[in-house]
Amino acid sequence: MARSHTRAAQRRREALLGYLLVAPALLVFAVFTFYPFAKNFRLAVYRDKLFGAGSEYVGTEQVTDVLGSGDFRQSLWVTVLFALMSVPAGIFLGLALAVAAHQRLKGIGIYRTIFASTVASSVAVASVIFGTLFNPVIGWLPWLGFNPQPPLLQNPDWALPAVALVTIWQSIGLSFIVMSAGLQAIPDEVMEAAQLDGARPWRRFWRVTVPLLSPTIFFAVVVGGIFAFQAFAQVEMLTDGGPIKRTNVLTYYIYTTMREAQDEGKAAVLSIALFFVTLALTLFQMRILEKRVHYAQ
Amino acid sequence: MGRVAFDHVTKRFGEVTAVDDLTLDVADQEFLVLVGPSGCGKTTALRMLAGLDDPTSGDIVIGDRVVTEVAAIDRDIAMVFQSYALYPHMTVRRNIEFPLRSRKVPAAERERLVQEAAATLDLEALLDRKPAQLSGGQRQRVALARAIVRRPAVFLMDEPLSNLDAKLRVQTRAELVELQRRLATTVVYVTHDQVEAMTMADRIAVMDRGVLQQVGPPQEVYATPANLFVARFIGNPPMNTVTGKVVVSEGTVGVQLPGGRIELPDDVAAAVKAHDEGEVVVGVRPEHARLDPEGPLEATVAVVEVLGHEQHVICRLKDAPPAADAEGATDDVAGAVATESLFIVRQPNDDVAPGIGVGVRITVDTRRVHVFDAGTAGQRLEAA
Repeated sequence: MARSHTRAAQRRREALLGYLLVAPALLVFAVFTFYPFAKNFRLAVYRDKLFGAGSEYVGTEQVTDVLGSGDFRQSLWVTVLFALMSVPAGIFLGLALAVAAHQRLKGIGIYRTIFASTVASSVAVASVIFGTLFNPVIGWLPWLGFNPQPPLLQNPDWALPAVALVTIWQSIGLSFIVMSAGLQAIPDEVMEAAQLDGARPWRRFWRVTVPLLSPTIFFAVVVGGIFAFQAFAQVEMLTDGGPIKRTNVLTYYIYTTMREAQDEGKAAVLSIALFFVTLALTLFQMRILEKRVHYAQ
Repeated sequence: MGRVAFDHVTKRFGEVTAVDDLTLDVADQEFLVLVGPSGCGKTTALRMLAGLDDPTSGDIVIGDRVVTEVAAIDRDIAMVFQSYALYPHMTVRRNIEFPLRSRKVPAAERERLVQEAAATLDLEALLDRKPAQLSGGQRQRVALARAIVRRPAVFLMDEPLSNLDAKLRVQTRAELVELQRRLATTVVYVTHDQVEAMTMADRIAVMDRGVLQQVGPPQEVYATPANLFVARFIGNPPMNTVTGKVVVSEGTVGVQLPGGRIELPDDVAAAVKAHDEGEVVVGVRPEHARLDPEGPLEATVAVVEVLGHEQHVICRLKDAPPAADAEGATDDVAGAVATESLFIVRQPNDDVAPGIGVGVRITVDTRRVHVFDAGTAGQRLEAA
């Protein structure tokens, strides 16, 4: 009796300690994540009056207005295009480099370091580098014989691919590291067995490496998708959403709505929309893609 | 057809010589077991045969063709790995089919061959499962099925039984031998387990530190080990090896061991005589020694192991170096032998087991005594 009593007391003490330990993290999350997130929903149902004259409750009117607007649809489309251009290419190139570097060759460590190095550069740095390279006067595009008019970053057809290219370059490092880790986890013996079973390199890659790497690839697709939908700095640095809103991705649209138009309510609606779009995308990936993923037991 | 040969094959990894000038012929349809302690080079030898590692020098022959420069993919061999190396994302059927699909075998033919291999290994009911849903023994059979399905000239097996539990291992041992007979193919089988080697092989090849020590039928290797390494490696319980001094007197040749002196039979004596006053190592299999009140060797009982069908009486010879010295054992064979302080006597279970700490005397069957050079190589000494 006394024993179970002390045991219960001990459990309570342990629980208390547990709550104490998570309290700081919980506080930070509450202030910087949960509260702003909830506040967004409140802002979304209030419309800002002109000239900073406060705001009025409008119910779902603002939500339907914003989401029904051509600007939002265009921005969403640009974001989707941007993700489609940047995510698969980043993953594919990271995988290709990882496969190339997954060999026992002399000096391969140097290549691994180079391949992974873009992870250490910020998006801003990448944007500055590529901004210079894309420059129609001092960049290497004219030198390559590619000199679109208007210049690349001001060209409605080329601006988004150019921003995507910077993103691909910057994401290769992380993609390479993730894919390399995935490759390391595939037992050598399985690859050797495939070799002895008569599978040529191409067949080994598609029939053995890729299926065994599928959890890694899936992870990269989900995370890459989320990153792509939240890309901001490269647009801010290179194109400011232009030309003619051709690179006006959702985050940048939210930023200009808030920063330049100072429209809190509209920005809140867009933020919520971005959240649900990202959520839907991730759920879709988990539902559809994950069926093709093989997890080792 | 399924003949395999190593011709002066050496493999170095940097400073380390994993396989040193290996020359070995495996006949068509032979079951050859490469056996040795871990790090002896047996797996490296097998991998070179498979084409997974390239020899530093020397040639490898499969069938009638030198395959040293031929890629693994184009050698007519199949391999069963220690970890089975099944494709975890494929069903059993797909696993077995994989080598056939790789070689673009037509679908109907493929189906027939898969069914045949599955039937041979009793896998028909499991064809639609994935490896994760199988037991260790079943996975092992899938790995075998994948190996036999395309009828290669040579099978390579790298410790295929080591992940099975003891009982299943004994059963699978017999099944593997039977399978090899039925398929009439050549098998090169690697193991560190000398019991597997003894029970399965047509011939065993003992390796140590990259060097081939002896090749021969199991019984021959057991009965006439070429050197001290083989003597001590093959046999369970291990052969007793005791260093002693050769004493030649009045036409007889004996060896003064700790605990007493034993006389050597004439054929061995002739070879040993040259070592007069020198040291040799005497090897006695535990079944060739018995407790005997009249025996020449004096000892004390240290432990008695009762196995049910027999007993191992483990003794310490009088004046034997204390066991603690074993810590200082050097790497060369002679050094290790010098520290050998225990002596095992194997006797039927019906015999009365002596009490621990009791003084006993031991007789050895001198006709079956082995004598080895006390030098580093530990070569067997016998009449020319």
